[in-house]
Amino acid sequence: MFKRSLVIVGGGPAGMAAAIAAYEHGVEDILLIERDQYLGGILNQCVHAGFGLNYFKEVLTGPEYADRFIRKVKNIRQIEISMQSFVVDLSKDKVLTFLKPGSLKQVQAKALIMATGCREKTREMIHIPGTRPAGIFSAGLAQKLINIEGLLPGKKVVIVGSGDIGLIMARRFFLEGAEVKAVIEIQPKSQGLIRNQAQCIEDFAIPFFCGHKIQRIYGNNRVEKVSVVQVDENFNAVAGSGFDIECDTVLISAGLIPENELIEMAGAAVDKETNCPVSNELNKTSIPGLFVCGNSFKVYDLVDSVSRDSVIAGRLAAEYSKGLK
Amino acid sequence: MNKKITCIECPKGCVLSVDLQNDEIMSISGNECPKGPEYALSEIKNPLRIFTASVSNPGQLLKMIPVRTDKPIPKDKLFMAMKEVKKIRLCRPVNIGDVIAENFLGLDINLVATRDSVS
Repeated sequence: MFKRSLVIVGGGPAGMAAAIAAYEHGVEDILLIERDQYLGGILNQCVHAGFGLNYFKEVLTGPEYADRFIRKVKNIRQIEISMQSFVVDLSKDKVLTFLKPGSLKQVQAKALIMATGCREKTREMIHIPGTRPAGIFSAGLAQKLINIEGLLPGKKVVIVGSGDIGLIMARRFFLEGAEVKAVIEIQPKSQGLIRNQAQCIEDFAIPFFCGHKIQRIYGNNRVEKVSVVQVDENFNAVAGSGFDIECDTVLISAGLIPENELIEMAGAAVDKETNCPVSNELNKTSIPGLFVCGNSFKVYDLVDSVSRDSVIAGRLAAEYSKGLK
Repeated sequence: MNKKITCIECPKGCVLSVDLQNDEIMSISGNECPKGPEYALSEIKNPLRIFTASVSNPGQLLKMIPVRTDKPIPKDKLFMAMKEVKKIRLCRPVNIGDVIAENFLGLDINLVATRDSVS
């Protein structure tokens, strides 16, 4: 087992901003752990523009936003980066166990920042009945398949939920030549940023059904169709309002949930409803010296806000590891 | 005639109200910053969008390289841009900012890489 003043889990925008901030506040030995083979996290697959206006005062794509931090992090020799490293255990006295190709390592951290991001809600979490054919993806997975793998996962698409990733993917599928049959939102209005409604849905005249839900998914091997129904104020189906949409793909874009299994494992209090750490102060948890930042603390609309709040986590962790707080 | 336009310049998404008379803009309101009127003007005369996509880079560690136009292009050219991008096979290491296609679509703008192919 080795020791570090600060260990950060997650090499996305939150973890990188926190690492840089902690270094700037005087921490000399930082370990940044990332499970992927690239830094940048989810930004790498967000190839569209619209990031950075608040933080950098210019409009960047996801990979460009990430690149600014990647360059900075790599230039600071006090930040040791451990790639392809997957954390499997965290104890309440801040001993972290992680797997790396060929080895199992343990590190004792004085302070810890979890920057583990969030996960997409699944079909099961929003209870859509029907069969379980191929062709059902989370919007973010479809984004990865198209933008990173160069694969188009479907030709006739229905999107469930109007979260930002879903709206962005409606535009991407449309531009890739697929038919985007509909976006179905159970709430009375769009859940994504209003500008995404404009530039992703209205720009391409994609059918958008608010106050509707998918009642059932049909198909044996592959998705064949979905049935859609209007809902009342209690989200119950309105009789006689149903219609079918033929499609081969269903994307789920119904919200994000902070990823906090590791701090839960360590015994920190996590709110069952939101999966956010229970805390009376930004970026703190019920365990002193264990901090959470970015989308694992709370799901933000903008990466700019993630960066801003992760800088605070970096400073808090630096102060803690130096015994100031 | 009054036209409502959602500004896409920032995440706020102001709804701009544009008064038109015989295709002439009489007034623009609803904006919270100076970008609003500029956007409304462009949206009525010649709607522009930043085009982004991924281009194929066979044989490299990262098989897709994300790209963008260095300036916004006419909205009605997005499809054509996509068709053009599909023809590109890079087959070489690239750096962020590298020009992937010069004078893209003859629009006097460049298509640039937004990520290094090796990190």
